[in-house]
Order: sequence, then structure tokens, then C-alpha cells
Amino acid sequence: MEIFSGLVQGFAVALQPANLLWCLVGVVLGTVVGILPGLGPPATIAMLLPLTFLMNPSAAIIMLAGIYYGAKYGGSTTSILLNVPGESASVVTCLDGYAMARKGRAGAALGIAAIASFIAGTVGVVGLMLIAPPLAKVALAFSAPEYFALMALGLAMVVLLAGRSMVKALLAMLVGLWIAGIGTDPFSTTSRFTFGRLELLSGIDFVVVAIGLFALGEVLACMEGRDEARALPVPKGLRNLLPTWQDMKDCRFAFVNGSVLGFLIGVLPGAGSTIASFISYGVEKAVSRRPQEFGKGVVEGVAAPEGANNSETGRALVPPLTLGIPRSGTTAVLLAALVLWGFKPGPLFITENQSLFWGLVASMYIGNVMLLVLNLPLVPLFAQVLRTPGFVLYPLILGISIVGVYSVSGSLFDVGMVMAFGLLGYVMRKLDYPAAPLVLGLVLGGAMERALRQSLMMSQGDLSILATRPISAVMLSLALLILLMPLFHKLNAWRLQALEE
Amino acid sequence: MRAARNADLWSGLALAALAVYIIVQASGWEYTGQDGPGPGFFPLWYGIAMAVLCVALVAASVLRGDKSDSVDWRGASRAFALWFALALSVAAFKLVGFVIGFAALCFFVVAVLYRRRAHVAAVVALALAASFYLLFPVLLGVNLP
Repeated sequence: MEIFSGLVQGFAVALQPANLLWCLVGVVLGTVVGILPGLGPPATIAMLLPLTFLMNPSAAIIMLAGIYYGAKYGGSTTSILLNVPGESASVVTCLDGYAMARKGRAGAALGIAAIASFIAGTVGVVGLMLIAPPLAKVALAFSAPEYFALMALGLAMVVLLAGRSMVKALLAMLVGLWIAGIGTDPFSTTSRFTFGRLELLSGIDFVVVAIGLFALGEVLACMEGRDEARALPVPKGLRNLLPTWQDMKDCRFAFVNGSVLGFLIGVLPGAGSTIASFISYGVEKAVSRRPQEFGKGVVEGVAAPEGANNSETGRALVPPLTLGIPRSGTTAVLLAALVLWGFKPGPLFITENQSLFWGLVASMYIGNVMLLVLNLPLVPLFAQVLRTPGFVLYPLILGISIVGVYSVSGSLFDVGMVMAFGLLGYVMRKLDYPAAPLVLGLVLGGAMERALRQSLMMSQGDLSILATRPISAVMLSLALLILLMPLFHKLNAWRLQALEE
Repeated sequence: MRAARNADLWSGLALAALAVYIIVQASGWEYTGQDGPGPGFFPLWYGIAMAVLCVALVAASVLRGDKSDSVDWRGASRAFALWFALALSVAAFKLVGFVIGFAALCFFVVAVLYRRRAHVAAVVALALAASFYLLFPVLLGVNLP
């Protein structure tokens, strides 16, 4: 009943004309971003973050979330037309999607990807709606030691953000903790790591780091190649984009498989949407009556991974909104956005901001419908985005990044900091250091230190307080277990194989 | 092959230097006081963790020998060229303003990095700079650098 009344309240917020418009802006922008190889959702959200300060928070979060799940829809377009995944979770879609496009069935592949994304996206939102409120109620019992353990658990998630080397991911996370510590210590007012610069006394703005690492870092990385992508043609006319009745019949199990498996696998610590898309593809192939056809252009090979990829969105928003811990680079940026707007993501977030939370949930239902309605007829138009030349796109991103940062602080020092973090982001890419763990450390660092120091103040310096309280002990054990997971050789080999593929 | 080993080695050493800096700085701040842990408590521990991981990275790099993947630096010159151009244009903002500095940056990207003709570069640079001017200060009331 509580969920039903919340949803009614949410639709009242999401259906306001202004919010509908921002939802539309978000999903269209997200689709475009998903289509453009290289420019990901975290970079786009980080770039647009400064502009959202002028907006109503409900409208802003609706738009930013729209970018997030819209990008997942768009990611399939490049996989199918270019054989280039817009994001890692769309890698599997390339196998059969591109093969279908080469056979002249690009329209059916794009259509089935949109339908699978819609079904799975809706399943993900139902999951968010059902899981988030009870989880937040459990977290209300938390005190400082539990919060510290929760932050430690959040940092342990570095395992799923790590690339080939866990040591490098951990180092990136520690650099994030260090950056979070720059500025004035809130307990003692001691200035830390400020290099004598007055500008650093209030710390480094998250927007500066996020825009530098993601937006500028990606532009520098994309600058390495001068070749423009060549996409396969999209058939004209809506009828040619609609899958046949036989396609829909062939995909009926794939829709369920992708949606449910994607959601369930994503809940497990250590697994993300990339792994989920691989597993759902594997399951689909295993139960198929024509497994030998997989990889040669079967429609189920597109529906299952696309569903698994899209069911993740709703679920991925559960930890940031209810516990205040992000699970990916994008959710870290969304979490930081909430903090910058003056909210406190965590157990009380849903209770204190009912209209914001339920408005977001309702907007995701609406956004999924918008994406389905828009994506089918507009795919040929979106495909034109792929023809935007790099020499127009990249200066545009640079300009928006500079203006975005300057509009927040009015300081050229911050623009200089963006450049420094951009260079850092690029060098990290070259040396195979993942950027997401750094953002995770940056987002959680301040809260983690605060919780640790408050815990030790409670226990008069006795560290055992963290291990003797049951919830804290369980979460710390879980964090340790997650961190040790890659040591189990088979599991690590499986993770590396998925990354390799 | 050798480049990658060097990359891990040198990045490990650079991060080790950062770890030493963090530990030295944190040692100068109060570790624990009457009210509990001081400002040096948390940085000291993550500084130590960073140092330990750097030792692991450097040691693994040395022991691994030539088995590591290589880092491709071939395309890096274009990326670094863009970064330097961006640095110059940001430095020029104070003197010539955003619109001119940004137009110059766009011209450089189109004409030099993408090797398009000068008139194409000029059109793209002018169009982008004018769009920014019209969108941000004129329409949205957002100040440009």
C-alpha cells in the first residue's frame, strides 16, 4: 500500500510538464551518448552537472537518470551498426547484432534491442521500487561504526570496477581517498595537503575531478585515432525496423531470461551488467534449439544480453539512494550530484525526500516508454549522430567542460585543475589504471573518515568497536571476502576472460 | 614489451613518492588526541597502504620481466598536443577572453590535428565559438571565463 501511494505521488511529480520535458531531454541525450563511442554516461552527467544547479532537483535527477538508462538503449545501436560497443555491457550484442545487420536485418536487430531494453528496464524499475524502501528501513538502525563498515563495503566494490590488475585498482582508490582528504579537516580545522594554496582549503570539487577524469580524459584518449567510424545502413521506414512476429516468438524466453537473470546476477557482489549480459547470452545459447546459429545473427542473441544490460539500471540505483554507496562510475557521479544539491543519500533519503525518490521511480517508467516510442522510428536519425566528425564533437565537449566548471566556481584555478585531472585520466587509461575506483574513493573518502573517527570517539580509541557490533562485523567480513575474491583463481580467470572477450 | 614493464615500474615509483609524501605530512599532524583520532590518523593508514601496494606493483613489474602487455604510445603525441593547446588557450583566456581563446583552440584541432583545410577550420572555429557565446552568456546568463 505504501509503495502504491508512493508511486501515485511519484507519477504526480513525473507527469508535470517540465519534468516530462527534462525526462525526454535526458533519454534523448542518453541515447545520443550511448551511440557515440568513447563518450560515456559518467562523462556526460559530469559535464551537465554544473548546469543542473539552476534546475529544480526533481527535474535534474530525472534528467540525469534519463541519460543513464538512455545510454544503455543507445549502446546497442553502435554494437549493431558498427560492431563497436558503446559501453562494455554491449560487447555481447555485437556478436549477433552486427551479424544480423550484415545480413540486411539491422532494422529487426535494432527493434528487438529496443523492445528487450524496454521490458528489462521496466523489470529493473519494479525491483528498485520494491527493494529500496525496505532496505532503507534496515539501514536506519545504523550508527557510526555501521556507517564505517558500510563505506568499507562500498570501497570493496572496487573489485568489480577493477580492470586487469587489482593492485592498480586499489592504488587508484587510495588516490581517490587522498584527493577526498585535501582541504580543511572538519574536526580540527587543520589544513591538509593544500600545498599552501588558498584555493585548496575548501577541498577539490567533485565536478572538477569527474569532468577532468571522464570528459577530458576520454577526449584525449579518442584523439589518438583520426579515423571516422563507418556504420552499416539502417533501413528506412518504421515497418522495416519492426521485428517480425516470428522474431518476437523466438525471443519470448530471451526477454524473460535477460530481464530476470540480469537483475539477479547484478545483485550479487562482484558481478556487473557486463557479466550479466555474458551469462544471459550463454544461458540463451544453452537452451536454444539452434545453438550452432549463435554468433551468425540470431535475434535471441541480441534480446538476451540487451535485456540483461538494461535490467541493471534500476537495481544499480538501490545502493546509492538507500545506503549512500555507489556501485559504478555513473552511480558515483549521480550520488555526488545529490550531495551537491544539498541532499544526504542514505537510509533517511527516501523518507525525507519522498517526492524526489518516487518522482524518479515514476519518471523511469515514463522514460522507458519514451525510449521505446522514440527509438524505433528515430533510429535512422540517431544513427546519423555517428557521422558527427570528431573535429566538431571533441572541441564541443572541451568547451562544455570548461564552461561547466567555470560556471560553478567562477575560478580559472578550477579550470586548470580540470586540465590536470584530464591529463591524469588519460595517463591512467594508457597505463591501465581504472578511473572508476578513484571516483569511488573520492566519493566515499570524506564520509568514511568521518564515520571512523566518530566510531573511535565513541569507543575512546578502541578499534574493536568495529568488530564487536554485529551489523558492522558482518559488513566488514563481507568487505574482506569481496576483496579476497579475486584471489580465487578460477573466479578471477572467469572475470578476466569476460573482460578479454 | 619493455615499455609496459617500465610503465608499471615508473608509475609504481611515482605513486610510492606520493605515498611517502602522504606519510611524512600525516606524521606531522596529530595522530590521536583527547577527542579521539586526529587529522593525521586516516591519511597515515591509507598512505601506508599505498606504499605497500606500490612495493607490490614495482616488485611484480621487476619479477614479471617481459611477460607483460605493451603500452601503445604511438597515438599519444596527438593527445598531448591537444592537451598543450588546451593549456595555452586556458592561459590565454585572461588576456583575450574565452571566445577568442576557444576559437583558436578549435582552429588548431581542425587544421592541425585533423588536417582539414584552413577555411574549414576557420568556419568550424567561428561557428563553435559563436554558438558558445550565444548559448551561455546571452541565452542562459552563464558567465564565460
